[in-house]
Amino acid sequence: MMTCKELVALMTDYLEGKLSAADRSRFEAHVDGCRACVTYLNQLKHTITTLGRVPDEPIPSPVRDELLQRFRDWKKRA
Amino acid sequence: MPKDARKGEPQAVSAPRTLGQGTTPEGPTDEELAARVLLGDEDAFTQLVDRHSRQMLWLARTIVREPALAEEVLQETWLAVFQGLKDFEHRSRLKTWLFRIVTNRARTRAQREARSTPMSSLSPEGEPSRDPLADHFTPRGGWAVPPTPWDGSDSPEAILERKEGVAIIATAIAALPPMQAAVVSLRDKEGWTAEEVCEALEISEGNQRVLLHRARTAIRAALDAAFSRR
Repeated sequence: MMTCKELVALMTDYLEGKLSAADRSRFEAHVDGCRACVTYLNQLKHTITTLGRVPDEPIPSPVRDELLQRFRDWKKRA
Repeated sequence: MPKDARKGEPQAVSAPRTLGQGTTPEGPTDEELAARVLLGDEDAFTQLVDRHSRQMLWLARTIVREPALAEEVLQETWLAVFQGLKDFEHRSRLKTWLFRIVTNRARTRAQREARSTPMSSLSPEGEPSRDPLADHFTPRGGWAVPPTPWDGSDSPEAILERKEGVAIIATAIAALPPMQAAVVSLRDKEGWTAEEVCEALEISEGNQRVLLHRARTAIRAALDAAFSRR
């Protein structure tokens, strides 16, 4: 029987589809009967989904302007 | 029996965003733009810059921490890109090549800063992060401190609606060792595949997965600290 600690350590492998068929069965058998591990797995999934929705900050326009200016300089020299 | 989330489709979590911003179905590909940049096409250069710079800057910031330094890394990277483009051999995708340059330059900078700043005694890779779950299990491997549901924040929408959710995630990523931060940013924030991340960061698939798992564990712990009903 897989322990809760072992299960938690394997969660990314599980989500990535990297567990062997045998480990995958043991993983799912454990999760079937363990509310705490289900809660944890759900939170890990929510963490991943939430990460995908974190917005980027825009590039400060002086930085962008300087980049384009450097490109023009390079073009002139090339 | 516990509800939902058991026999989850393993791929479902990371599958929804297979298209990064660099591979929009419409418009020219990165490689087409790069070919035009080589001919001195400023419009093509601007498109490439606008397509990738936000993500590149985010990545640089996760590694060097200091925003001004990250902006310098971004500048240096684009300079290296248009100077090195003619020698780009298309053995990898342009996108992964760009991000490899950002990563390498940011790491070099971070190392230099670490040497010159007495405050930061850690190497840029940092110590292996402390396991946030170290005290949560009994010696026999059961839960000593079982996770409790999050207070009204079980869904991503709810987490982000509470404005501090984004700040908590950003802070948690910034606290990670640089390579963990880089991997989790590219995989989970940008939706890159494992293969793309390994190519950009020049790490093995197994190493990528270890870094990803540690990073996710730490970020989940940070959200848990904020939202747990405990």
